[in-house]
Amino acid sequence: MREVKSSKAYKDKAKAASAKPAALGEDIDLSAFAASAEEQPYQADPSKLPVKAKEQMLETGVILDDTKQRSGTYIQMDNVPVHFSSQQEGIEVMAISQALEKYDWLPDYWWQAVAVDTDKYTAHVELNKSNGYFIRALPGKKTIYPVQACLYLAKAKLAQNVHNIIIAEENSELHIVTGCTTGFGEEPGLHLGVSEFYIKKGAKVTFTMIHSWNPEIAVRPRTGTIIEQDGLFLSNYVLMKPVRSLQTNPLANCVGENATVRFNSILIAPPGSHMDIGSRVLLNARGAKTEIISRALTTGGTIIARGYIEGNAPEVKGHLECRGLILQEKGVIHAIPELKGNLAGIDLSHEAAVGKIAEEEVEYLMARGLTRTEATATIVRGFLRVDIEGLPPQLDAELRKAIEASEKELM
Amino acid sequence: MLEIKHLNVGVEGKEILQDINLTIGTGETHALFGPNGSGKTTLLMAIMGFPRYQVTKGKIIFKGKDITKLAVDERARLGIGISFQRPPVVRGVKTRDMVSAAMGGGGDEKSIAKLAERADLTEFLDRDINYGFSGGEIKRAELLQLMAQKPELTLLDEPESGVDLVNIALIGELLNELLEKGCPIRTRKCMGLIITHTGHILEYVNVRTGYVMLDGRVVCQGDPHEILASIKAKGYEECARCVK
Repeated sequence: MREVKSSKAYKDKAKAASAKPAALGEDIDLSAFAASAEEQPYQADPSKLPVKAKEQMLETGVILDDTKQRSGTYIQMDNVPVHFSSQQEGIEVMAISQALEKYDWLPDYWWQAVAVDTDKYTAHVELNKSNGYFIRALPGKKTIYPVQACLYLAKAKLAQNVHNIIIAEENSELHIVTGCTTGFGEEPGLHLGVSEFYIKKGAKVTFTMIHSWNPEIAVRPRTGTIIEQDGLFLSNYVLMKPVRSLQTNPLANCVGENATVRFNSILIAPPGSHMDIGSRVLLNARGAKTEIISRALTTGGTIIARGYIEGNAPEVKGHLECRGLILQEKGVIHAIPELKGNLAGIDLSHEAAVGKIAEEEVEYLMARGLTRTEATATIVRGFLRVDIEGLPPQLDAELRKAIEASEKELM
Repeated sequence: MLEIKHLNVGVEGKEILQDINLTIGTGETHALFGPNGSGKTTLLMAIMGFPRYQVTKGKIIFKGKDITKLAVDERARLGIGISFQRPPVVRGVKTRDMVSAAMGGGGDEKSIAKLAERADLTEFLDRDINYGFSGGEIKRAELLQLMAQKPELTLLDEPESGVDLVNIALIGELLNELLEKGCPIRTRKCMGLIITHTGHILEYVNVRTGYVMLDGRVVCQGDPHEILASIKAKGYEECARCVK
């Protein structure tokens, strides 16, 4: 597989930022991780990928044995794509390295939604061997089934460098499910994932990401989204397995009138997990709307749940809802909702609540005949259930299945 | 049958109820009157078994079994149900989940839908329980859950409070169904104990016996309509004077 070639200007900027710590989160020593690993062979038939890897991927909603209900598939192991294919006309799925060769206009999108010198992690992706997916819906095309992608960390002590670009052309509709997971036990690893989304006029993208790491992995996703007029970006993020350190704070920029963004995050932090997860939305055009909803539950780990909405245009509307549930004494949830309004006539609001399960609620359910354990489980299930408007029923069902599987472990 | 014998109940170390004696025969519905703070809700909560309401003396016997030390859920499964005056909002838990739970974890879609239609709550099945519900909707949602649970003893804490006239008629109908008022007395099994402030509910539900509670004691027992007429005419001050 060819490598991604980037312009000198980006390389220079990246070099200048190669020691720049991130604004948030623990500083990861990049020198502790190898930059490359032995290349895995490309498989034209994804069902022929190693059984163990397939099983791990399945836990994150990536189905490789029967891809009939997928519009396309992209699988990357460490820093190399091992399979990509599209199964629907008008929906393009390929390695970003290949897309850069195919389309001479693609550099116009390169590092436009995320700055290359954001921090040392974006710089590292630019300066080292990387790859990622290119997913594009042509104008007016709509995915019948979701496109699936998996970024699989096969080798321990490796830095996985990912750079993805997703483009929904005018009036298209793209549903993507992506799973990120590891193939090894409790050994260190680092996932650095840059994702740039471009949602054109009247286009709709739903992006459902399920992460399943191990207790020694550090994760630093860097995501930017630009939404044009009447565009919709719906992002669902689910992290219910242990992770040593995860910090991400994606930014969505509504540049077109009536652009809409919704971020939903469902997070469970077991002991030893540290998650610093936010969502930022800039409402920069008239009538833009956003809703940021997070559900954070700790059984002993730490979750910092951030949310930031900035209103810079007339008639914009934003709501931020952050709810945290502490199930064990040592768990920590720190909710940081922020709103910034820069002109009159905007409507921004937030609600945040952190606490334990109210005894009154448990007893209410017990009065209907549920045991204490059943009542608690019902309340936890309800807490983690976010009604996601705009998600196709099949995806909604898959997402709920993933959440329910984790609930069983939790209880 | 429900028998309460010499019951004392304390909340957070403070004794609220003293020497309560009360018997509800199979198929009977009784009403509790009393001013705010007289201990009516405490009595209902103690019968249901909420841990905050500690029985310090006496016994609660239901269907011949001493249930004084049973947990709330055990009492519910034994056949006791409660309609709360101000039930909590449980975010994320849908009305449908509560109805299903009340049915013992089962309940097919069809039977849940049928009950919801009866309570005029079809559109509320997929809403978080009690979240943003009006006074009448809360009461109907409580009765919907009780209809799913089918308790033999129904405890009702002010089922008509905050309810408009249109809703109160429906609540009366649902209560009559719940308490099997359509069945002949000799075959009726369901019992009820209703707390009522205004007495409006008595215009819709036939109640056999009324009690007046003052300062944690049952001070009067008799025909509920007679008691209500006296309270309306002379207030609880007269009850207090009468006891002295």
